[in-house]
Amino acid sequence: MTTLSDPPKEGFQLSQLIYDTRYRSMTIQIVALIGFLVLIGWLISNTAQNLADLGKEPSFRFLSEPAGYDINQRLLEYDSQDTHLRAALIGLLNTLLVAVMGCITATIIGVTVGVMRLSNNWLVSRLTAVYVEMFRNVPVLLWIVFIMAVLIETLPAPRDFRGETPTASMSLNETVAITNRGVYVPEPLFSRSLGDVHLFGNSGLRFDVSLDLIAILLVLGLGLFASNRIKKRADSIQESTGDRPTTWYLRLGVVVLPLVALLFALGFYLGYPELKGFNFRGGTHLRNSLIALWLALSLYTAAFIAEIVRAGIMAINKGQTEAAAALGLRSNRIMNLVILPQALRVIIPPLISNYLNLTKNSSLAIAVGYMDITGTLGGITLNQTGRELETLLLLMLCYLIISLSISAVMNWYNESVKLRER
Amino acid sequence: MSDISFVRTEMLPEQDPPASEVGFVGWMRTNLFSGWVNSIVTVLVFVFVLLLLKAILPWVFSPTLGAGSLSECREILEGMGRHGHMAGACWGVISERWEQLLFGFYPNGSDGVSADLRWRPILAFILLAIAIAPVLFADKVPSKLIWFTALFPFIYPWLHWGGSIWGPVGALLGFVIGWFVFRAVEKASSSLIGMIAGVVAAFVWWLFLSGLIMGAISSVLPIGLEPVQSRLFGGFMLSILIGVVAIACSLPLGIVLALGRQSDLLIVKAICIGFIEFIRGVPLITLLFVASTLLNIFLPPGTQFDIILRVLIMVTLFAAAYMAEVIRGGLAALPKGQYEGADSLGLDYWQAQRLIIMPQALKISIPGIVSTFIGVFKDTVLVSVIGLLDPLGLIAGIRGDANWNGIVWELYGFIALMFFVFCFSMSRYSMYLERKLQTGHH
Repeated sequence: MTTLSDPPKEGFQLSQLIYDTRYRSMTIQIVALIGFLVLIGWLISNTAQNLADLGKEPSFRFLSEPAGYDINQRLLEYDSQDTHLRAALIGLLNTLLVAVMGCITATIIGVTVGVMRLSNNWLVSRLTAVYVEMFRNVPVLLWIVFIMAVLIETLPAPRDFRGETPTASMSLNETVAITNRGVYVPEPLFSRSLGDVHLFGNSGLRFDVSLDLIAILLVLGLGLFASNRIKKRADSIQESTGDRPTTWYLRLGVVVLPLVALLFALGFYLGYPELKGFNFRGGTHLRNSLIALWLALSLYTAAFIAEIVRAGIMAINKGQTEAAAALGLRSNRIMNLVILPQALRVIIPPLISNYLNLTKNSSLAIAVGYMDITGTLGGITLNQTGRELETLLLLMLCYLIISLSISAVMNWYNESVKLRER
Repeated sequence: MSDISFVRTEMLPEQDPPASEVGFVGWMRTNLFSGWVNSIVTVLVFVFVLLLLKAILPWVFSPTLGAGSLSECREILEGMGRHGHMAGACWGVISERWEQLLFGFYPNGSDGVSADLRWRPILAFILLAIAIAPVLFADKVPSKLIWFTALFPFIYPWLHWGGSIWGPVGALLGFVIGWFVFRAVEKASSSLIGMIAGVVAAFVWWLFLSGLIMGAISSVLPIGLEPVQSRLFGGFMLSILIGVVAIACSLPLGIVLALGRQSDLLIVKAICIGFIEFIRGVPLITLLFVASTLLNIFLPPGTQFDIILRVLIMVTLFAAAYMAEVIRGGLAALPKGQYEGADSLGLDYWQAQRLIIMPQALKISIPGIVSTFIGVFKDTVLVSVIGLLDPLGLIAGIRGDANWNGIVWELYGFIALMFFVFCFSMSRYSMYLERKLQTGHH
């Protein structure tokens, strides 16, 4: 029996694929997918055809061939007989080095400038505004080459340090030499070193890990952990009795004393740079290219971070400060307990994207000859082997992995400080 | 009982505030010397600024505009008793080379082969100002001008590269044909089929018919400008060309990508997310490497693409991914009620987007859009890395000249100043626009 309210039974008609909103989205998606696949297939077939015409089979065998070029600024040992893979690894570490250094200094400068822009001193807030606008509105590449030129043109040459009456002298009590070939700083050395661990044998990825460094990090970590426990204990005593025991000397001692003892046991001393012949020997040599890139990226990104910090602090309602003051909190406690936790929520997401930008901008190292991964893998290796497709694929993959890991870590942090809504 | 009470019966006359609280002195007391810490800071900063200006200003103000070489500059300065390598700037290099920094090697009639063609980029720049007026100052210019804005993307490259006028006309006709096919098919069936048919018709025209028909017309009616090779392009003309084209093309592309990323269609969404995250995850310079070495390999064998065109494609894709994220932010910031309201009015998807969603979402994202524009314009200097002669790329050539060997700061200063003027005015404009479009009650 059929009732009046039953819908008329109709078979599926082809026109429903277009007119019926239930099926239309399916149609659109399939059309889009087919279009996308056709595009990809077209590109791949073109590429295969072109590569075959050029006689280049796609292969990654070049990675195990000797690179044949030198890399002057490096974190691991490397010589020109090493493979292209090793050169790429050195480059990757250089990229990470300048990115990490840049992120740290950019954050410090950026937060300082951002707070100073909110200063009630007119001169300070104007000056920082000039700094921010000056750096934000000029391309970062221009800043990099400009700072490189400043370092090369204005600093004294190593030969100026020589002779009876040198025109230049070393700074900081004769320990740091600032020259137009780079900065020489004292290097940490150990007379009773524990030696190194060699990982990955003799392959292109071989990696020496200093046991001294591991020991120091271990002791430092344990010290910080113990200090944290002492703080927790003090917190719980304060909550139960209302009195907070004085613990700062304990917390300091538990970190510093074991570290000093360890450094003494390892025979720690500083190797100072010395002028030998026409150049400095000893110490750690930070090349101009690294310093120029690091300074330019830090100053440029700091200008953006300053604006983010300023916006974050200004986004917090004035009522929050007043309410905290009404509760009797002191001004530094208001900042730490009320303003900052809220401002951080506004500040963190754009801060993440600025760290990402800094890391990606570090690829401009190629303009000053700093050998980051763009300079090794995407520069000399590409030109020597003529493997554009493979090297650029690897290069993009490296940057993608770096970017995605930074955003994953930062998103995790962002999640942990997020406002828990009911 | 003595009367010791006192009651004032008339008001005291109003007094001026103390002289230390108003005017310049009062301003100084509140803003510069409000406490002893602040006073010390003020004095220190003041001394710092003074020292900075003392170091820079004598260098900037040096009467060397007429000098023909670096040694001539030094002679002028030594004649004034100023010695040392920071004695003064050598502005002669700017007065001699500013045309090159603006136009690169665009034909200026000096080689005797071609005429002075620099009027074309200048005209293009002036037309650019006219074309963006209806967008930037919508309430101050006649609204009919928007038609010129629509035509401008076809005129702009043509003025730069020259060649037959029928090329850009053919490209434009593709859009016109696509639009008419869309309207005709939409009336007969549905808007979805209409859209597909319109796109197909336009592509058929561009790929197969346009070349033939426009070739025939141009052999009958050869109207055109003298063609200019891409390798002659350079200077700020090149920066502005790349910036303008990338910005103009990335906005519609970015809107499409943002809508795709927000849509319920899983496959479309996945494609858009993949594209956006890939582009945003790699530096622009790797994309420029792709443009300079790989893009020809991706295309049918034998295709030879102009290097500037390849760079334009990659920069546009790059900008579009960032633009998409900015617009997605605007879409996400709209209250859900706006979408539901549009649905309840019975609008379909495109009507809702065009009439309700996009005007509001774009308004919210204006600051982000403008900062993306500024970023793209600044990023155009990266093309110097792959050998194009943008202002930064021209520096090496200028320093290679025996007359100007050893010049450093003047060129960087000039280029930085030009970029600063462009970018700073763009950011100020964005602030003005934000205030103008503010319709809330704040």
